[in-house]
Amino acid sequence: MSGALVLPFAQVGKGDVNLAGGKGASLGELTQAGIMVPPGYVVTTDAFNAAHAAVDPDGAIQADVAALDGSDVATVTSVSERARAAVERSRVPDQIMAAITSAYQELCAQTDRYDVPVAVRSSATSEDSADASFAGQQDTYLWVRGADGVIDAVRRCWASLFSVDSITYRRRRDMPEEGLAMAVVVQRMVVARSSGVIFTRSPLNGDRSVVAVDASWGLGSAVVGGEVTPDSFTVSKVTNDIVKRQVATKLVRDVPAPSGDGIMTEDVPAELQSVPCVTDDEILRLVAIAKQVERHYGVPQDIEWAICEGIEGPDTFLLQSRPETVWAAKDADKPAAAPAAKAFHHVLAKFGGSVPGGRTGAGPTAADPEARTEDKDG
Amino acid sequence: MTETPLTDTHIARTFTLPSALETPPGADGWEEMYPYFTRFRPEDDQRFWFYNAMHFPEPMPAFDAISAEVSYAAIGANTARLFVFPTTLGIEYRIVNGRVYITANPVMDPADVERRAVEFAERAGHYYENWVSIYDGWQQRIEALIGEIESIYVPTLPEFDDFEAIKAGRGYAENHLVVQNYNRCIDLFSKMWHHHTEMLMLGYGAYVVFFDFCRSVFPDITDQALSRMVGGVDVTMYRPDEELKKLARRAVELGVDDLFFEGCTADQVLGGMRERGDGGAAWLADFEAAHDPWFNVSSGDGFYHHHLSWADDLTLPFSALPRYVGMVKAGESLERPTDFLKRERERIAQEYRAILTSDEERAAFDQMLELCRTVFPFVEDHKFYCEHWFATRFFQKIRAYGALLARRGVLADEDDIFHLQRTEALQALLDVELAWSSGGVEMGARHWQPVVEKRKRIVGALSRWQAPPALGPMPEGLNDPAVHMLWGVTAETIQTWADASTDADEVHGYAASPGVVEGLARVLMSVNEIGELQAGEILVCPVTAPSWGPVFGKIKAAVSDIGGTMSHAAIVAREYGMPAVVGTGTATHTIRTGQRIRVDGDRGVVTILDKATSDGASS
Repeated sequence: MSGALVLPFAQVGKGDVNLAGGKGASLGELTQAGIMVPPGYVVTTDAFNAAHAAVDPDGAIQADVAALDGSDVATVTSVSERARAAVERSRVPDQIMAAITSAYQELCAQTDRYDVPVAVRSSATSEDSADASFAGQQDTYLWVRGADGVIDAVRRCWASLFSVDSITYRRRRDMPEEGLAMAVVVQRMVVARSSGVIFTRSPLNGDRSVVAVDASWGLGSAVVGGEVTPDSFTVSKVTNDIVKRQVATKLVRDVPAPSGDGIMTEDVPAELQSVPCVTDDEILRLVAIAKQVERHYGVPQDIEWAICEGIEGPDTFLLQSRPETVWAAKDADKPAAAPAAKAFHHVLAKFGGSVPGGRTGAGPTAADPEARTEDKDG
Repeated sequence: MTETPLTDTHIARTFTLPSALETPPGADGWEEMYPYFTRFRPEDDQRFWFYNAMHFPEPMPAFDAISAEVSYAAIGANTARLFVFPTTLGIEYRIVNGRVYITANPVMDPADVERRAVEFAERAGHYYENWVSIYDGWQQRIEALIGEIESIYVPTLPEFDDFEAIKAGRGYAENHLVVQNYNRCIDLFSKMWHHHTEMLMLGYGAYVVFFDFCRSVFPDITDQALSRMVGGVDVTMYRPDEELKKLARRAVELGVDDLFFEGCTADQVLGGMRERGDGGAAWLADFEAAHDPWFNVSSGDGFYHHHLSWADDLTLPFSALPRYVGMVKAGESLERPTDFLKRERERIAQEYRAILTSDEERAAFDQMLELCRTVFPFVEDHKFYCEHWFATRFFQKIRAYGALLARRGVLADEDDIFHLQRTEALQALLDVELAWSSGGVEMGARHWQPVVEKRKRIVGALSRWQAPPALGPMPEGLNDPAVHMLWGVTAETIQTWADASTDADEVHGYAASPGVVEGLARVLMSVNEIGELQAGEILVCPVTAPSWGPVFGKIKAAVSDIGGTMSHAAIVAREYGMPAVVGTGTATHTIRTGQRIRVDGDRGVVTILDKATSDGASS
């Protein structure tokens, strides 16, 4: 056992992906940056390693998985079942149980509840570009209550590393089984009145000067899962003007199940369906936070957020932030414009007309009238 | 095989043809009000035309058609002949049912474009490279021109000519000056329009380049944000309103502020001042000083004789003064936050710049912005000199000629001269010149007065005509930036017209100033109705000229038929932080005073909330 088994978010930063997984590192980083995220802690990869050493002391499971052919569904399925069962049935070492329990009790101590509901999510350490989708294959358990429940959910997250999907994904890419580890995030649930997703650039056209806010009633799962068409707002980062608003008809929302365990989908009351689920002030507050996060990371972000009705008015939380990848990959390597010899050459280029031979537009050469004359002579 | 139906569909997209337009009831004979060369010809059905509602929102009285004639004669010449823009010649205009429709003449042959591009580079380059000194010279030229129009003598034709003419050995009688000085007014008006367009296309060109670049890298950037980066703070157009504020402060300092109350008239105040000893005299001196030139600000854009300036009609300044005086007394600041506005302008530009992803882009951005800021004193300030100060003086001179015609019995009223074409007015003056000389009686009374009466009725009938925004086949090639700039419309605008929603509860325009408010509409067709405006109402008007500025302190939002995001109304609304939708085309026709409306300045939409209940309930 080399390090901490459990670390509160405040003690994790973006350099700690190996210890806390991508999600855990991100939440820690946000917490350290002063961004409001629901409090929580990370069950580290060291905890995983220690627990897994107990489950698979001679590396037999690891060897079985490593030997699999990713396209052999039947064998993958049977190995997966065995591996998962082994992990899920294993007894978590006392030290780790104690660490998780104590951290959970600390979360409870911050509230007036002894069984504060938490979300338990796997936090993969894989950092390849498909991390997001890979992580998406890991498990998430919402509205988990009590230390025993948390420990059980943590164990199931660990086991999800051996799900058919996860194994197939690794085997198809020939990823090593050795050193494979999984951190788990345990985070207080927030009862979101409204929630959604923010891109700190336009998801439609890549514009980096705007923030796109998608929002719907209830928990974020409805927006992320595509169950509703969310309200959609585009806000200028520079002027803070809401430049586009689209208020959708939001038919359903996810809410905590009345049983106290898990969530359920219900109809949005008729009077709320067609009204914006966030106020302009809330939008601007979200945008301010999103800008802060983007500044912190230095690249456009893809953020999940929630607004809860607190005792002193609405509280805004970020649940997750990760680099935006779609437009980042598309970003043109050639600049949209280049300086000309003289400023007015841009005007000459613009109004020079589109003549066969490709002298159109404000490109670097077109903006140079000398180049144009040569063109003509040649 | 698939091409044929596509082409058919394309050809099918056409607006009403000019030849298919009908004369509105009561407007028969409108053609006689305008020169023959302004009428649509059969072959004009083959071309795309659009209604220039921006500059000519009302039917043209016969004389006022000179505003179209002279301005298009100037702008086309400057674009096509002087600076030789490669892809575009000038603008052709036609008048139908009193409305001005225009189309641009593009240069189609690539070889011509090529040839012109060489000329353009040299000519435009010279102006850009020497912009500051040329603009300096421009200001001197335009002020000299204003001096000239102001000094023009409109003969009064007394019974006996002035003895001075004898003593000085002048050698001609006063009637010689009637036509000569009238023609001089027309000549100067033409020259003003040449000066006006001389630097304007190049100035706009710099804006277009910067705006297009910003839109390519920031597709969601708003026109508002763009104009705030290049917009003016210390702009001459704000000066008239500043002068009013100064007069309000002076009234309080001099202890004569009690003369200003809601509903007071200019005559009451000025009369009162004369009875208030030194304080009143001091205020009147300040008033006179501010009056010239700063009250030479048109209630429109200087295109119509009846868009009177503050100097011609003191209603507007004196309806604003009581509120300003009240604010001074209450210790409220009347200052525009110019330092803040300048900081904001810089901040916005710097933040957009910072979002750019390469040093090359940032360098290009700097060049383009710098060029905008070089040209912008002209772009911002020319309006005051040309459309306001000069045009005020010009229409005053023509009105003085109208007074001469009225005194001589040719016309019933001085303003009737504006119902004669400029060449007809010349004829009427020739009539006067002769009659004064012969001792006979002008024949014009019998000839012109029925014409004027008829034309007044026609203009009234035409004002009820709803002019279609466009005529003829939808244009194919609308990708040329120079054509965009000349026309002021884009392919999208035309598409919007083609798809025009028939939803009468909504009016669409430019989102000129952000925010959403609801309130009661007050439709004001002219600045002279300003007294009807109640605090907290939403102003709905054809066009807000700078002289309407003082009104903005009173209203909740502004909606106009005409104007873009760089229009004065838009800029002032943003400064006051109130929503505005401009360039709606039809707001004053669609919305009625007293209706509850919602102005969405984020989307550019005005919604009538109680259409059903107020239809018919209002006058």
